[in-house]
Amino acid sequence: MPTPPDILSRPRLSLGLEGSANKLGIGVIQHTPNQPPEILSNIRDTFVSPPGTGFLPKDTAAHHRRIFVLVALKALRAANITTSQIDCISYTRGPGMGAPLTSVAIGARTLSLLWNKPLVGVNHCVGHIEMGRCITGASNPIVLYVSGGNTQVIAYSSNRYRIFGETLDIAVGNCLDRFARTLNISNDPAPGYNIEQLAKAAFHSNPADISHKSPKTREPLLLDLPYAVKGMDCSFSGILASADILASQLYVAAKKQKQKNTDEDANPKFTPADLCFSLQETVFAMLVEITERAMAHVGTSQVLIVGGVGCNERLQEMMGTMASSRGGSVYATDERFCIDNGIMIAHAGLLAYETGFETPLEDATVTQRFRTDEVFVKWRDD
Amino acid sequence: MATAESTGTEADEQRQHQQQQPQTSSYPLPAILTYPASAPPHLVAQGAEGRVYKTTYLVPDLQCAFKYRPPKPYRHPILDQRLTRQRILAEARVLVKCRQEGVPVPAVYGLDENVGWLAMEWIEGEPVRAKLNQWLSSRAGEDVESNQKLIDLMVKVGDVVGLLHKHGIVHGDLTTSNLMLRPSSKMGASEVKSDTDTLLDGDIAVIDFGLASQATQVEDRAVDLYVLERAFASTHPRAESLFDQWLLSGYKSSFKQAPVVLKRLEEVRMRGRKRSMLG
Repeated sequence: MPTPPDILSRPRLSLGLEGSANKLGIGVIQHTPNQPPEILSNIRDTFVSPPGTGFLPKDTAAHHRRIFVLVALKALRAANITTSQIDCISYTRGPGMGAPLTSVAIGARTLSLLWNKPLVGVNHCVGHIEMGRCITGASNPIVLYVSGGNTQVIAYSSNRYRIFGETLDIAVGNCLDRFARTLNISNDPAPGYNIEQLAKAAFHSNPADISHKSPKTREPLLLDLPYAVKGMDCSFSGILASADILASQLYVAAKKQKQKNTDEDANPKFTPADLCFSLQETVFAMLVEITERAMAHVGTSQVLIVGGVGCNERLQEMMGTMASSRGGSVYATDERFCIDNGIMIAHAGLLAYETGFETPLEDATVTQRFRTDEVFVKWRDD
Repeated sequence: MATAESTGTEADEQRQHQQQQPQTSSYPLPAILTYPASAPPHLVAQGAEGRVYKTTYLVPDLQCAFKYRPPKPYRHPILDQRLTRQRILAEARVLVKCRQEGVPVPAVYGLDENVGWLAMEWIEGEPVRAKLNQWLSSRAGEDVESNQKLIDLMVKVGDVVGLLHKHGIVHGDLTTSNLMLRPSSKMGASEVKSDTDTLLDGDIAVIDFGLASQATQVEDRAVDLYVLERAFASTHPRAESLFDQWLLSGYKSSFKQAPVVLKRLEEVRMRGRKRSMLG
């Protein structure tokens, strides 16, 4: 089904299906000639695992399968469109967790056959970047893409989003999420969010209260954690291990206190809030540093933060300080677009579809490994 | 005093610097640069790590590159102080060592690790990045892969990197911005400013050892090469293909243990996350 040449002269709609991790997101976007893209609906449902645990692929996939139809219906109703108006069905081809990706791809292929619509397989990271550019209006920024599965510093050059720096082991979001597990913090709405609240609590006289009601009189303790930057790359697993060791000191002390054989001096002088604060300060300083290095190298002063960790206000604040000292500014979006969503897939898919790109049904597979720089960005000509 | 005796051209130059003052003066200068004895500092680069000023050191005709690592306001002050101190000291130690071993790097004139500055020899010329891009754009559309000038440059770069590694130094941030192409001593003054053909002539000098370390691990050396490879791929995609063949051959010629490092480089390349596992 080749793209009709007149497609660019009329409004067109794309349905986006995203499920590469624990969120199922479905949304509808409309591109109209000479107008900014319009978001008709953006529905998301998150699979939340109990405190102390992560989301397993099989459980997450089951969640996506269970609610796929429900979320899709909600998205179509909210957009107030009929299926015949849709031009293409965009879905996440990768990267991500295999099982959840597969469940959503099955949904995408089913809808494609049911409604006789072309499919567009989208790279998840490119989806984030394009949505971020679209929302913030940043034309050619350095992109810091930080989430539970990815940590990359990206710059656009001749039709590719090129990766300047990335993590050498785990993603920064994974580091934060796993540390939340160590501290047995709730995963609702997101472990990283709760770490952020606890880190803020380190400034309050009662650092255990994440509602921040006590007066802001405390000076948080910065604990010594490794600082692992290699060129424009960084590493987080050693930091997580060190933070875990410090956390275990707290755990041991708490246990001893229960047994009433406490020796006052043996108690660590820090609180879980201090640990969260130190972890955030360290890993975000690393991220800002590698972003700044990429900016200096490319010679740009715009930064765009995308991905789930991009919601973190401390990261946005640090990045903003850095960018303004370079005479630039930081572009960030809120949780609707930072956290995985269907609309970004719809948007990136539609951009590709408008250039004549389609994924034939027999190739509409998924892949866990799909690098950002593998995508040929035909829709940009700068 | 330098300023009192300055000639007309120098005064002009100073006026030009003063015109750029709005940009530079918005940053507080370290105290040493505010003394009247040093030539007015001229901000030449704002890197990620800090700022490099062109000024003079001790005597008015000793040009110097003055690297200042200002406090990073985004970073926690304790973390910031720790990193700045460590990095200034590490950089100076590495530069001194390179100098002793004959690796082409700027000489160290002085430093203060608590304030965060390091004064170094001024290297003439331009970064390879600028020269190479200029040269590539003058040959737009041409097949440059078998061009002898470009090959020579790649070999020269590889040779210098090999020399660094040979003497137990790992640069940590090898990009084409951190490689200077300085007019070689053989070149006459008239030759320097001729057409695009001579753009790639000159000697390589390595600068910005802000992330360097004294390391002899195969891993660190391989990562060093990998960073450089990616810098080529991202800023000069057209010259990327010459990396394997020519730059690495220069590397092998100056560094005996190169084969082990190149083997590890293969592994490092595979290690980037989400890299396609095909083939």
